[in-house]
Amino acid sequence: MSPVAMLHRRDFLKKSATGGGALVIGFYLPGKFEALATSPPAGPAALNAWVRIAPDNTVTLIIDKSEMGTGVTTSLPMLLAEELEFDWKKVKFEFAPAATQYFNPIFGLQGTGGSTSVRASWEPLTKAGAAAREMLVAAAAKKWYVEPSACHVDNGAVVHNGSGKRLTYGALAEEAAKLPVPANPALKDPKNYKYIGKPIKRLDTAVKINGKAEFGIDVRLPKMQHAVVARCPVFGGQVKSFDATKAKAVRGVKQVLQIPSGVAVLADNTWSAMEGRRALQIEWDEGPNTAVSSDSIRKLYLENAEKTGAIARKDGDAEAALAGAAKKVEAVYEVPFLAHATMEPMNCAADVRADGCDIYAPTQFQTFNQNTGAKLTGFKPEQVRIHTTYLGGGFGRRAEQDFVAEAVELSKAVNAPVQITWSREDDMQHDFYRPATYTKLTGGLDADGVPVAWKCRVVGPSIMSRFFPGSVKNGLDGSSVEGIVESKYAIPNFFCDYVLTETGVPVGFWRSVGNSQNGYITECFIEELARAAGKDSFEFRRRLLANAPRHRGVLELAAEKVGWGKPLPAGQTRGIAVRQSRHRRGADGKRNCLRPHRCLEGTDHHRQGTRRTAQFQRLRNAAP
Amino acid sequence: MAISFTLNGKSQSVDVSPDMPLLWVLRDTLNMTGTKFGCGMALCGACTVHINGEATRSCITPISSVAGKKVTTIEGLSADGSHPVQQAWMEEDVPQCGYCQSGQIMSAVALLSKKPNPTDADIDDAMSGNICRCGTYQRIRKAIHPWQLFPL
Repeated sequence: MSPVAMLHRRDFLKKSATGGGALVIGFYLPGKFEALATSPPAGPAALNAWVRIAPDNTVTLIIDKSEMGTGVTTSLPMLLAEELEFDWKKVKFEFAPAATQYFNPIFGLQGTGGSTSVRASWEPLTKAGAAAREMLVAAAAKKWYVEPSACHVDNGAVVHNGSGKRLTYGALAEEAAKLPVPANPALKDPKNYKYIGKPIKRLDTAVKINGKAEFGIDVRLPKMQHAVVARCPVFGGQVKSFDATKAKAVRGVKQVLQIPSGVAVLADNTWSAMEGRRALQIEWDEGPNTAVSSDSIRKLYLENAEKTGAIARKDGDAEAALAGAAKKVEAVYEVPFLAHATMEPMNCAADVRADGCDIYAPTQFQTFNQNTGAKLTGFKPEQVRIHTTYLGGGFGRRAEQDFVAEAVELSKAVNAPVQITWSREDDMQHDFYRPATYTKLTGGLDADGVPVAWKCRVVGPSIMSRFFPGSVKNGLDGSSVEGIVESKYAIPNFFCDYVLTETGVPVGFWRSVGNSQNGYITECFIEELARAAGKDSFEFRRRLLANAPRHRGVLELAAEKVGWGKPLPAGQTRGIAVRQSRHRRGADGKRNCLRPHRCLEGTDHHRQGTRRTAQFQRLRNAAP
Repeated sequence: MAISFTLNGKSQSVDVSPDMPLLWVLRDTLNMTGTKFGCGMALCGACTVHINGEATRSCITPISSVAGKKVTTIEGLSADGSHPVQQAWMEEDVPQCGYCQSGQIMSAVALLSKKPNPTDADIDDAMSGNICRCGTYQRIRKAIHPWQLFPL
């Protein structure tokens, strides 16, 4: 169900006033995938608050998505500002606590990922802004004994059309909060947008150039201990025994204790904890994966590539079409495990006390953190308060719970606030990697070089089996084949299956997940088919996209911008590809010497909050 | 034994292990968290500070080696973000996640204090040890280039 449709079954607009005459407004959106969350927080459908207006006209917006570089502290305020028209210079923002009202309607839990932030927030935030505006107008109209229709809003104030009388939102907020909430506030015609789609400067730049932005690793709590953990170098292994005598002799080390993930050293600073860890003597029980290696995994993949997999897409009869094809093209694409390598290594601070637990984390999934905290402490989820900090990159790594669990376990054990910090080596060695995959493809061309068959088999481990096991049906993990099965190329006989192959190496969401490798694989193989057919890379794709106007549109735009078909300077080459990932279609035209010389592109975003931040991310994706 | 140095213009004394890296003295002993931990091996540049004006990786700099020297961190660049390089960063909206930017800015300031008009090659030389996972390199270069517009 789309967010739009979901609005029709909302618990619409619960509101309340908070201290200081503030207007608080929001929506509760029941989640699409509530059943997928292990246990959604209990409690009433509490009010959901995104906008607070103080008497001094300062507008404080609550940001319920995690800021990890994508610019949500600007794009989400833009959605609210578009309808509320507050004074942009007086806007402040705070990160939301964990609560059901902040559930991402696409996930059914509070979380940031899958390129959903602007998509998921569009309806609720523009409606919240519009409803707040109508209440403020109604409050002013009541004061002036005029009809609301005789008033308009202007930069944080309500203005009476006839007299030009003016009252700031701050002066009206307390009264407005007592009024009924409009069920269907009028939304602007997009052609009148002042903020959305405009190149607006980021609101978080100032704190990111002076060292004041608080990342998780920067949290400092009174009496906090700093911890590092020695984890088994083999995935799935455990501590057999350890000797902490030397570690405890390191200056600054307070204690050493075993937790499920390994042996933790706690100290009065991070460096002493790391030095203490170096001095630990640990004997590991390496567990079931001792013999797993890159070679053994590749062997397993090769074997499984000969097995029949779970069918992911089947159009026509690829086998028959291949048998009758004038030309066959075969290829295998292998991609490695990839670590997320966020700039800010994994970390978390927790403070477990008798009355509840506070978790300070650079996190993408607050609902999971709350559940993790509750499970480990025995508290109710609502007693576990999540304080989301800035994230020094996320890429899906911060959807995981390992670093949060360690902090909670340690704080509980030592009865003091504890911050766990991972070293860079920890971060690279104990990740949930992008799956390594082995993809075998066969394509068939007819006598005219037109593709008649596409057959592919994907072999690799499953992310969803661990993360959302309910979503894996009959051995098919959709995330493993995404980026292949949605292909819009008009090939009449298309077959794709997947052989779920676990390796012992933990895997997780990595950036665009399946798209990250499958986009590359699909476009490379299409290119191989084009070359086998002796056709132009652009024309070959364009013809196959005759019935996919948006894909064709961005492809044509990229070709035009990169000067497709025109002569190139010596030493330069040119290539073109088109992809759709997460409701966004992009085509890159690249002219390459050794490093990309120019990268021009066309994009067709379903919805794009700020052109500036969207462009920044595309540039990164195009980087070498 | 206490180790004394000048930190952002003020005298500072700390009583820690002499081999403790400056990074952790700043972050954990003095709670000045603007300087970031990224790798602990001088490979990423997130921990860059100035020691006697030179861009230095604080994660591998033992505090004992800092005794008597002048240390400047991102917090000491300006009280209000008004340093011309910070302003250039504002102008170009350089940061995305922001984690590497303290180190990027400290490296850029050290470069520009020596070469107010750097070429692209100068910028590559001075900045290539500062990694950005978001890929803000184009805007970093752009922010560094118009330095000549600002008085030193």
